[in-house]
Amino acid sequence: MFHSLGKYVLLLRLSFRRPEKFSVYWAEVMREMVATGIGSLGIISIISIFIGAATTIQVAFQLSSPLVPLSIAGKIARDSTILEFSPTISALVLAGRVGSSIASQIGTMRVTEQIDALEIMGVNAPGYLIAPKIIACITMVPMLVIISIALGMTGGWIACLFGGEVTPADYIMGLRDGFMPLTIRVALVKAFVFGFIIASICAYQGFYTSGGALEVGQSATRGVVYSCVMILFADLVVTRLML
Amino acid sequence: MIEIKDIYKTFGDNDVLKGISATFQTGKNNLIIGGSGSGKTTLLKCIVGLHEPTKGQVFFEEENFTDMDFTQRVPIRTQIGMLFQNSALFDSMTVEQNIMFPLNLFTKQSAAEKLDRANFCLERVNLKDKNKLFPSELSGGMKKRVGIARAIAMQPKYLFVDEPNSGLDPKTSIVIDDLINDITNEYQMTTVVVTHDMNSVMGIGDHIIFLHQGQKWWEGSNKDIAHTYNKELNDFVFASKFMQAAKEKL
Repeated sequence: MFHSLGKYVLLLRLSFRRPEKFSVYWAEVMREMVATGIGSLGIISIISIFIGAATTIQVAFQLSSPLVPLSIAGKIARDSTILEFSPTISALVLAGRVGSSIASQIGTMRVTEQIDALEIMGVNAPGYLIAPKIIACITMVPMLVIISIALGMTGGWIACLFGGEVTPADYIMGLRDGFMPLTIRVALVKAFVFGFIIASICAYQGFYTSGGALEVGQSATRGVVYSCVMILFADLVVTRLML
Repeated sequence: MIEIKDIYKTFGDNDVLKGISATFQTGKNNLIIGGSGSGKTTLLKCIVGLHEPTKGQVFFEEENFTDMDFTQRVPIRTQIGMLFQNSALFDSMTVEQNIMFPLNLFTKQSAAEKLDRANFCLERVNLKDKNKLFPSELSGGMKKRVGIARAIAMQPKYLFVDEPNSGLDPKTSIVIDDLINDITNEYQMTTVVVTHDMNSVMGIGDHIIFLHQGQKWWEGSNKDIAHTYNKELNDFVFASKFMQAAKEKL
């Protein structure tokens, strides 16, 4: 375990060595941002709307008492969405979508000698392949989480509109009630950390793949599993430290 | 000129290379031959720095490559072109982008100059007008030729080729061998080819090293090979009845 941790840290250090030519790396960062951000927008939008709607209905169901104002459903749904559902569930979905793609892409490049070809040319392969992916993830995951929060709340509003447990007016009143900007900061810190975890762990798994197609698949699976576990662990740590 | 001195390479308990020394001359096709598992590809990877030798040194024009760190090796690496066994073209790039990739990173040429160079290299390997194709759209022989075009894009002094004929039909193999030979002579490069293809050995083997069980077992040229009395080399070269018959006629 310590051997792997050491290799992981050394790989990260190599990844952030001074690039051979900044413009080539910048183009790669932009390409990765589009692949990660725009490419994941669809799935993040769909899950956010459904999770927002389901959360609102469940909160309204559990708090159906004449003693509790209906607007509380909006307030609880808002805080749950901002603090937990949007960052964590988005990150778990992105670990599957983006992480597996990173691990299998780099793993395939390793087993087909494309990484050797980069090294022969004198290119710092970890820097060219991994750093742009990490930069793309730590910038795009927070943006996706912001979109996810907005769509999650919209999903809750739609559930109120068609469900009838809480009126849309009560829901919006709840959303506005006692809002703390700290919750957004916590969500963004989580998203940043999760983005780093997804890109770095999956890239590490891909970079040290050896063998053939079977091992590339195993690396992708390991990358996703380890990322998910580390996301949940980091979720606990960040929550404990910031709240 | 490339010189290797007393190269050893061990993986765990397995001694793959056991004290190999050789000199690869400029302007010649230097072939490393041997049976499967004899250490040919490992030796090639030790020379280019993809594996670090357990012991021994590699010199490029008297510069000790083995003792250099990554940054110190970059100037030598920009003078190295390599064709891999499976071509190792970048899947996400077109043929043209593959060839321009090292130019983008290591030269200050304008876009037009880089494109001119890519077109020149493609023309040199007889693949004119294939610029916009992706590697997945190419045949095995075409991939090898694009690999050669990418390898010569930076006008290297050293060309390394790993199993250039694997997976190719005999006619295409000869085309690739001729191309390697022509380029070596034209640009006066030091070319090192790892192969077990006897057509390549007899066709372009200016200087041949035969490896057996991780050791240099024989050294000579394609003209000497038919007249050697080295048992292991004879068993390797004249393994087929066809080659045995050919030897008897010599």
